[in-house]
Amino acid sequence: MRRFVRSHATELALLAVIAVICVFLSFATDRFFTLGNAFDLLNTSSVNIIFAVGLLVVLIAGGIDISFAVAASVVQYLTATVLGWVGGGNWIVGLIIAGALGVALGCINAFLIHGFRIISIVATISTFNIFFGLLMFFTGGVSIYNLPDWLTTRVVLFEREMADGTWAEITLPVLIMAICVFATWALITRTTTGRQLYAFGDNPEGARRFGINIGAMQFIAFGWLGMMAGIAGLVQGHYAQEVVPNALYGRELDVLAAAVLGGARLGGGKGSVLGCILGVLLVSITQNGLNLMGVSPFAFKMIVGAIILAAITLSNTSIERLLPFLKSRRVPS
Amino acid sequence: MADQALDGAASRPLLSLRNVNMTFGGVKALKNVSFEVLPGEVHCLAGENGSGKSTLIKVITGVYRPEAGAVIDYDGQSYSHMSPVTAQAGGIQVIWQDLALFPEMTVAENIAFQTVIARWPRLVNYAEMRRVATNALQRLGVTLDVDLALHHFPIAQRQIVAIARALVGQAKLVFMDEPTASLTQSETDYLLDIVRNLSASGVAVVFVSHRLAEVLEISSRVTVLRDGALVGVYPTKGLTQSRITELMTGKTFGYSALHRDLGTSPVMLEVKGLSRPGEFQDVSLTVRRGETLGITGLLGAGRTELALTLFGMRKPKSGSVVLDGNPVRFGSNRDAIAAGVAYLSEDRLSLGLIQPQAIADNMVVASLDKILSRGFISSDRKRSLVNRWIRDLGVKIGKQDDAISTLSGGNQQRVAIAKWLATDPKLLILDAPTVGVDVGARAGIFDIVSKLADSGLAIILISDEVPEVYFNADRVLHMAQGRIVGEYAPCATTLQAIEEAVYA
Repeated sequence: MRRFVRSHATELALLAVIAVICVFLSFATDRFFTLGNAFDLLNTSSVNIIFAVGLLVVLIAGGIDISFAVAASVVQYLTATVLGWVGGGNWIVGLIIAGALGVALGCINAFLIHGFRIISIVATISTFNIFFGLLMFFTGGVSIYNLPDWLTTRVVLFEREMADGTWAEITLPVLIMAICVFATWALITRTTTGRQLYAFGDNPEGARRFGINIGAMQFIAFGWLGMMAGIAGLVQGHYAQEVVPNALYGRELDVLAAAVLGGARLGGGKGSVLGCILGVLLVSITQNGLNLMGVSPFAFKMIVGAIILAAITLSNTSIERLLPFLKSRRVPS
Repeated sequence: MADQALDGAASRPLLSLRNVNMTFGGVKALKNVSFEVLPGEVHCLAGENGSGKSTLIKVITGVYRPEAGAVIDYDGQSYSHMSPVTAQAGGIQVIWQDLALFPEMTVAENIAFQTVIARWPRLVNYAEMRRVATNALQRLGVTLDVDLALHHFPIAQRQIVAIARALVGQAKLVFMDEPTASLTQSETDYLLDIVRNLSASGVAVVFVSHRLAEVLEISSRVTVLRDGALVGVYPTKGLTQSRITELMTGKTFGYSALHRDLGTSPVMLEVKGLSRPGEFQDVSLTVRRGETLGITGLLGAGRTELALTLFGMRKPKSGSVVLDGNPVRFGSNRDAIAAGVAYLSEDRLSLGLIQPQAIADNMVVASLDKILSRGFISSDRKRSLVNRWIRDLGVKIGKQDDAISTLSGGNQQRVAIAKWLATDPKLLILDAPTVGVDVGARAGIFDIVSKLADSGLAIILISDEVPEVYFNADRVLHMAQGRIVGEYAPCATTLQAIEEAVYA
């Protein structure tokens, strides 16, 4: 128990903050504490959670990526175009195309970082501009509304009619998100490759001495994020029923903040899938609650920023200082 | 019969090197060196920085290839050079000074890294990993929670994890490079016990340490190198610290307690009843001009906390400080520096010096106001200030603009001292000034300290090595659990008396 608390301090702190906010919102609004709203939250958070678990892998490996959200826009556009050429397609084909394009874009970042020894923030700010510039140049900023039917049709996986006559629904993005989350969790905690990513982020020189292939680490990390970004891009297109070139512009910082909030360390070696999800959920729950309370959307960013600060401060404060009984024995065994 | 077999094995060396030569850019790093380790022995490799110890280790571990003619016999095989792969496959392991551990990963992952994690992609076998780790720890007679992340453990236990990791690789010969540099006395004792266990189980250990007391305690033989050449191999029995120092440096150091008459010298620092709850209580002391006051005690006795308080980085709860006749109350260390207090930090590598920056820039960083000309830094003034200190302190450097990290430990420490002397201090606090500095360079640093005292500076010298304060301070205070529990005049006390009090 003590060990669990010590090694999951961030996640527990976040859960506590989320619980407090949820209790508050349940009393402050009628609508918050309903199944329908909970499902809505999941539906709307899916895209960001997919982005976040992808970014988590790069953060664990000691890198950072600013370009993944616009890369997702590029993938959306290319996938829509390719699907137009081949005509029709279905979800499986769409996800494979989007994932593959995403991996390709991610590998461009890895190539720049590993091949030319450019630090990841600089490399990805450059590709951020290049991807976005190319996209706007070739599309002229024009959106695509003419998407295949399968992509714009809502797929409801589970539904239940509530007492007030509304429907609580879980839709396809939640399933895709769950698969991405599970795959990322399995990669980083269950495979040797994933543990090598942690080791590489934690102590690159140490990893090198053990003969870890440093180049492979970069390509795996950025390739994985690229794949997640591609998938998230397709899901976002499905959710929005259109492909707008600048729809995801700026999303990278929200996702980055959520991932760091969830305990991923800028600098590598640390972070968990659970923390990442909680980080995204904390932000979306806050936004959702403010919405339901009728707060002006102009105040959203400000309040979300303040909550992120508060939560980060709480989780950075050593859990042992907050709960001194944990410190009683130095070496539990 | 078992005894006989053991004797037979022990008489044949596990490792034997002959005719090892290495040249780097025209400099002979190793000159015709031979070296021998018996199975299961604890062998100490002694020598000053630059004497060729690490080069020799790198030859044995296959990092460097010696010049033709070298013979390396290891475990019944003869080689002209090693490669990292043959060295590792043969059970030669090195525990590097920086440990190369992964703090965010669990103890089990750190120990079983090579066997479980550094492999081709597959599922991690957590059960095997725990088993491997627990076995390795058991061999050392240690129990640790293998599922807890390493950063939860103190440095001494991380060291043990590094040793356990070496054992997983079926080690027959383990090199330990300065394993005790950052350990407290009791942690060191613990580590030395582990080394004994290791040796008893048949693993040979080559121990490299600047702390000669440990060397004498743990090893059975000592190989001494000087300037890349072998000085000799000596059985530890019969050696003394001063004899090893002599062999390492080729010089004789006459150690004796200080006899300076300071009775009439004015008081520079007077501290009365200084307290910070949980760190130190009711500390009163005086330091005269020209006096060196030694403070010793075990790690955690509150020495560094006291020093940081005198330097204005922590605020005392109660008590008073009078510096040069004026009561002072520092709001920050900027106030303390302005009032003439200088503090040479315990952790030179990370706090005292800015490693990648130039020597000259490091030297002037605390006294930038002295080299300003019309509000901007004058490079002429900077150069002349730096030249003066390089000359006065005898710092050996290439160019002023070389990075600090290119200097040896002793020369880095001189630069750190120069940095503070450039602020014209009245009181200089030296906190563990010789950590990571070898014997010859230590003598040089204490020469400087002695000259500075003679020039009228008041000096507080903090060290957990009792001989260091005994031979270099006019008075010695013993701190334990935040209180001053004893005061000694080295010229009227024996070293043993103080050591017994401190280590009791």
